[in-house]
Amino acid sequence: MFAQIAWYPEQASTTAVGVDRLFIFLFVVCGALGLLVAFLLFYFSIRYRRRPGQVGPPPETHSSLALEWFWSLTPLAIFMVIFAWGATIYFHAFRAPDHATTIYVLGKQWMWKIQHPEGQREINELHVPTGRPFKLILTSEDVIHSFFVPDFRIHMDALPNRYTSVWFQAVRPGTHHLFCSQYCGTNHAGMIGRVIVMEPAEYQEWLNLRAEGSLALEGRKVFLKYRCISCHSADEDARAPVLEELFGKLVHLRDGGTVVADENYLRQSILDPGAKIVAGYQNLMPTFKGQVSEEEIIQIIAFVKSLRRGDTPRRVEESPPPLTTPPINSEK
Amino acid sequence: MSTAILEPRFIPPPPEQPRETYLTSAYGLVSWLLTKDHKRIAILYLISVTLMFFVGGVAITIVRLNLMTPEGRLVEADTYNKLFTIHGVIMVFFFLVPVIPAVLGNFCLPLMIGAKDLAFPRINLLSWYLYMLGAAWAVYAMLAGGVDTGWTFYTPYSSQSSHYNVVPTMIGVVIAGFSSLFTGLNFIVTIHRMRAPGLTWWRLPIFVWTLYATSLIFLLAVPVLAMALILVILERIFRIGIFDPALGGDPLLFQHLFWFYSHPAVYIMILPGMGVVSEVISCFARKQLYGYTFVALSSFGIACLGFLVWAHHMFVAGISIYSAMVFSLLSYLVAVPSAIKVFNWTATLYKGSISFEAPMLYALGFVCLFTIGGMTGLFLAALGMDMHVHDTYFVIAHFHFIMVGGMVMAYMGGLHYWWPKMTGRMYSEWWSWLSALIIFVGFFLTFLPQFVVGYNGMPRRYHRYVPEFQVWNVLSTAGASILAVGYVLPLFYLLRSLRYGAKAGPNPWNATGLEWQMASPPPRDNFPETPLVVRGPYEYHLEKAQNEP
Amino acid sequence: MSPEQTLWTPEEREILEQTILVRHRLEEQYENLEQQHETAALGMWVFLATEVMFFGVLFLGVGVYRYLYPEPFERASEKLNWMIGGINTLVLLVSSLMIVLAVHYIKLGNQRRVLTFLALTALLGVGFLGLKAIEYYTDYRDNLIPGWKFEPDEWVTREGLAPEQVPQVQLFLLFYWIMTGTHALHVTIGIGVVLTMLVLTQRGHFSPDYYAPIDVTALYWHFVDIVWIFLLPMLYLLGTHTSRDFHF
Repeated sequence: MFAQIAWYPEQASTTAVGVDRLFIFLFVVCGALGLLVAFLLFYFSIRYRRRPGQVGPPPETHSSLALEWFWSLTPLAIFMVIFAWGATIYFHAFRAPDHATTIYVLGKQWMWKIQHPEGQREINELHVPTGRPFKLILTSEDVIHSFFVPDFRIHMDALPNRYTSVWFQAVRPGTHHLFCSQYCGTNHAGMIGRVIVMEPAEYQEWLNLRAEGSLALEGRKVFLKYRCISCHSADEDARAPVLEELFGKLVHLRDGGTVVADENYLRQSILDPGAKIVAGYQNLMPTFKGQVSEEEIIQIIAFVKSLRRGDTPRRVEESPPPLTTPPINSEK
Repeated sequence: MSTAILEPRFIPPPPEQPRETYLTSAYGLVSWLLTKDHKRIAILYLISVTLMFFVGGVAITIVRLNLMTPEGRLVEADTYNKLFTIHGVIMVFFFLVPVIPAVLGNFCLPLMIGAKDLAFPRINLLSWYLYMLGAAWAVYAMLAGGVDTGWTFYTPYSSQSSHYNVVPTMIGVVIAGFSSLFTGLNFIVTIHRMRAPGLTWWRLPIFVWTLYATSLIFLLAVPVLAMALILVILERIFRIGIFDPALGGDPLLFQHLFWFYSHPAVYIMILPGMGVVSEVISCFARKQLYGYTFVALSSFGIACLGFLVWAHHMFVAGISIYSAMVFSLLSYLVAVPSAIKVFNWTATLYKGSISFEAPMLYALGFVCLFTIGGMTGLFLAALGMDMHVHDTYFVIAHFHFIMVGGMVMAYMGGLHYWWPKMTGRMYSEWWSWLSALIIFVGFFLTFLPQFVVGYNGMPRRYHRYVPEFQVWNVLSTAGASILAVGYVLPLFYLLRSLRYGAKAGPNPWNATGLEWQMASPPPRDNFPETPLVVRGPYEYHLEKAQNEP
Repeated sequence: MSPEQTLWTPEEREILEQTILVRHRLEEQYENLEQQHETAALGMWVFLATEVMFFGVLFLGVGVYRYLYPEPFERASEKLNWMIGGINTLVLLVSSLMIVLAVHYIKLGNQRRVLTFLALTALLGVGFLGLKAIEYYTDYRDNLIPGWKFEPDEWVTREGLAPEQVPQVQLFLLFYWIMTGTHALHVTIGIGVVLTMLVLTQRGHFSPDYYAPIDVTALYWHFVDIVWIFLLPMLYLLGTHTSRDFHF
């Protein structure tokens, strides 16, 4: 009658092993404590049941302060172990390794749009190779969604006003479910897809078949299309900050504060340029809110991340972009 | 009526069954609808929350039937979303939150502290009317047109995306919120100012302690929810972005405000249940409640710490890693007082003389299910685990173990415990055992499979799902149908007892509390003379009531 | 007092007579008037605690968004009529004094003075609302009503704000309307209650032994006053005339 039965989710990522170990620990510890309580309830209920012919009340039992403290502090100690263990796993799951490849994930009612750094796009499907860490940068076009791959044991909400991230490394080839787990409207249950893990060689083949311009290259086109270059040039008299080797650096602001130039900062600077003005510059930039799409923002950010010294296009560029793809992972 | 001067110092033994009870002191619908008597208001609440329980129950029955097959053929996706929203909104805001305080608390609190009524009887009646107004409004909005946001009303979905009756439903919830707020205010003032002479804080029954803690949460948390919902309402009406990111708002702010209420609200729901269980276990084991002070103070520990853990609902919502760690740590701290309570209830049984009437069966069921629910809470509070099981059926199962396995079990126990006091009649023992058993079995069958399917990754609020989850969903639906029978049965035998049940007498369980030292049902003015309390609430080894010298 | 005591001392007899005199003011659930008074006062304090939480959400909202968007918030705050806001503060403070005096004189049993001061309290409350109405009118005139009478372009052309900052101006104004509106509602309710007390005093309802309703009304009035004290700096004085770059 039932085709398959889900007993236990596959351990398909490096994170999954750690999460499952904690799960088993919790299961054993809580199971033992729960069984102890259940056994005592059951045993006392039988042993001290009211028997026929019993007269008078049972004797008084005095509370023991030592016992009270014992069963207050022992659970506390166990809880602290669980806390520390859980926090460690969480910390690692949200701090991607430096060499992780960035994949952009855009949620909208009711589909997942995914962009690979080399420019390949997918809808409701994510192809990744084994043995390499991938960092997902998530955002949403409308309401809150949540990117959930049970076999990887990872989960992260995609919010409409910022970027969130999570990373994973798949361990063996296979196909896994991708769910949206934050309720997002009518077809919430239909916002599902697949994560397809492939051997690295197979993956490379897949990439080559679908090669378009890289994300950074697309971003370069967008950068020129919106004439960003007229201010953000590398010239002496530029009216806006030079963007070369900017990503990941500390930026000093006009109001005295500082900010790290990460994806969220770049995104905000495009949509709300007046919010954080770099020291020494005027608030001249118009907003691009409503003009530039979320996908284009992602491309521009990839472009900015790729900029090395001297990479900024000339202000009067007519020639085609360079043949080689600029390097993607410039973050330190 | 006695005054400070004329107050008697000798307490007469309980009088003979008076001819007039609160039920017979006046007749007619108007005498009920305009009553200031806390006991009659409790009965009004009893009728209304029972009605709401079954409305919410019908909605979830359809949801569970729909989940029998992976394709979800029974209802359309939109209908499904409206149904689980009806279930959530009604069960949380119109059943779980008010049920024990407004029904059992209203009835018992003045009796337990030797008062003639609550401090503000008119406000008490106003609370009921507000509840009815809010309930009628919300139910109408959800049936005519419907709402599909889920009971959590997350922005920006609720503020910008949903096309249904979000505003009227929220108005209903806000109105009902004020009802709880006034109940809480009434309870706090009553407990402070209306206690009988000799009834010191350390002689208060645990049920009173938990009602006090619950009321504190009502007072501090309900206004926050009300304001957050009002802001969403204004955002929907004026299209100005308070929570909408397109206009500069922050959707996470809503989640913070919402959970600042809704997490303490789960303690609103469970704390009075813990109080009921403390009363029942002590009475049916004929033992003093073990560790009275710890049990009493742990209620306050829960109420205070409960305010500091709200963001554990948002571990994967985009809050910073470090604040997530703080909230995880605090969540473990709040688990300690609950553990203390479980151990003390168990220790109370030790060397007791235990009998197993229906209230005791429910209370033991409560301890068992609450323990499982609490332990799975430890899973969810672990950051690394929550990362996986967040928003899956694992959370649903955990929540229902606490709320249905804990809270509803405790409510059923309390209802069966005080039913003779409320009505003066005993119900059928055999049927009450049977229904307790059915509920227990049905409950396990309904919710244990949800843990499995949740760990396997089935997200909540899914109208259809992948085929390998089917077997667990079928089991769960089967359990739900058993559970439904268990919940319908008491309706029949309790109503039957009103006419055919044996007369209960003042103290059928031979309990020590003040509420048992008067006729059943109680007279209109509760105590003919204000009682003088001379000892703690659970001195069963003396076989003497709180006011017997 | 021991239970066998049957004769009362003169002091006790006096208390007893007082008790009988004011018995019709005693509600049935209480033992005596003192308990009734204390209970009413505690009830009001507890109620005010919930009110603090209610307004607290709005304060938090303003705080968070002001931190996120300092410039538009300052700019929008400058448009508010701080003069009327300031005068209104004074009006409310004086009205609080008036109601304190009313409570003082009811304790002394001076009914005429009580009437006078209750009337003055209500009058100042009405004055507050009148000024508020004028202020709302000027807001209407100056296009400060988001969602109804609001000109986004003005803020770009005249104030030099970037277009994406205009919604944030609206956000501030929305908070302004919600907060002052909720507060005005509280004042209106307060005036109603004070007037009720006025009528009851006129009818001789209160005495030095029984004045809990006036006492509780005064607590409520003070609270409404205090909320305004917080609203004034949060809305009107938020960066007004202190903004760093005035070059527009």
